[in-house]
Parts: sequence; C-alpha cells; structure tokens
Amino acid sequence: MRKLIAFFAGLIFGIGLLLAGMANPAKVLGFLDLAGAWDPSLALVMGGAIAVALLPFAWARRQSRSLLGAPMQLPQKRELDRRLILGSLVFGIGWGIAGICPGPGVAILLTGHWQAMLFVAAMLAGMLLFTALERQRNH
Amino acid sequence: MITIDWANFTPWSSLAGGALIGLAASLLVICNGRIAGISGVIGSLLDGVREGRGERALFVLGVLLAPLLWGLVTLLPRIEFQTGWLGLLVAGLLVGIGTRYGSGCTSGHGVCGLSRLSARSLVATLAFMASGFATVHVIRHLLGA
Repeated sequence: MRKLIAFFAGLIFGIGLLLAGMANPAKVLGFLDLAGAWDPSLALVMGGAIAVALLPFAWARRQSRSLLGAPMQLPQKRELDRRLILGSLVFGIGWGIAGICPGPGVAILLTGHWQAMLFVAAMLAGMLLFTALERQRNH
Repeated sequence: MITIDWANFTPWSSLAGGALIGLAASLLVICNGRIAGISGVIGSLLDGVREGRGERALFVLGVLLAPLLWGLVTLLPRIEFQTGWLGLLVAGLLVGIGTRYGSGCTSGHGVCGLSRLSARSLVATLAFMASGFATVHVIRHLLGA
C-alpha cells in the first residue's frame, strides 16, 4: 500500500511540476531574472504548495507513526551550519545557470530532450561526488 | 524597479500546479511518514540506502512517468532550454553536489521544510533563492549572455 501511495505521490508531484510551469527552464529563468521582465508565477507555485501542505505537516509533526503505520521520519537536525548554507548557495548557482532543479530535471527526463538527460547525468555525478568526498572525510 | 512580464504570467496554472505538489508532499508524509524531497530521495537511492528503497524508487518512477501520462491526455507544455551543453553540465554538477551538502532542494526545503516551519529549511531556501537570483543577474545583465 505504501509503495502504491509513493508511486501516486510521485505521479501527482510530476503532473504538478508540469502544470505549474516549473518544468520549463525558460520560465524558471524568467522568475529568477528580477531585473528583466519578471515572471512571478513560480512564487505562486511555492505559495500554493505550502498552503496545501501546511496543515498536513502540522498534523504529521505531532505523530510518531503515519496513517499507514510507518514511522514518521521528519528531519531532526536543527543547526544552521556552514554545510547547509554553502550547499544551498552552490545549488542556487546551478539552478540559476540552467533553470532546472532536481524535481523538474526528473520530470522532463523522459520527454526526449538531450538537455534534460545531460543535466540529470551531471546532477547524479555531483551527488556521487558528494558521497565519495564524505566517505573520504570520514575515513 | 521591477517590471512584471504579464505576457508569461500564469497565476492560475502555477497556483494549481503548486497545490498538486503540496498534495503529493502531504500524501507522502501523512501515509508514509516521508519527506517528498527529490534530491534526498535520489541521493539515498544512489547511496544504496536499503530502508525504504522500494518506496523511493516508486516515487521517482511516478515523477518520471508524469509527462507520459500527461501526453496521453493532451499536448505537453512547452519545455525550452536557454543553456548550452557546457552550462547544463556545470549546472547539473553544482545542483547535485549543492543539494546534497545543503540536505535538500526546492521540494525538500522549499515545500516540505517551509510547510513544517523548519528554520533550517527557511535559511536554505533563502540561500538558494538569493544565489539563483544573483546568478541569473550576473549571466544576463553583467555578462550579457
């Protein structure tokens, strides 16, 4: 049942990205370009998502188990450390170069655009690089 | 002075798409107790985390198949790239490594994290939005590319 939910959540998530305009890198760059002709649409994507998710997450935070009996796995970290901030700044630079973040990258991967395949391949390489560096650090 | 690009402004579809994203994140946390953060989900799959692997893989499969389902019903929305191969390569690498160091992306921090009122996610979201705005500014208006 949980696997079925996960699949449908992914499907709804992907449809949402396509409908919202997030899957169009040109539109994302139009949102990130404050000094040009600014397209504020994507602020509404985040606004709409949070408006819907606020109450469910407020409920989830007070539970130890999900509705289907799985442990509630919410992040426990609280520190505002250098890794969080530097990592997010680096992510934003990449986002600003191409107008693609991880979700939309996956959502447009099978639409036949070589650009999406190249971006996602590089993104996976970046993630593997992170893992390799972490392993080395903890050695 | 901000000039709004009214011709490309799509308030209703963006709001509705956002609501669907919020719905998907809500479903996953309420039923499965998990955060719908794409970079975290993919990162865990890559790292070979065994716990919850099936759920993660099916979530990603759902996102992958979304355009195919969409295509059965109607024409796909426009997908236009403005970046060459080198830019895409560099962007992908930065997004991959940055989201893993920062523990999340637009979905994990921006949607799920802000919805659960996490201070870490607020800081992360402000950071990647700020550097996203700054990067586009540099590329378009200072370098003129």
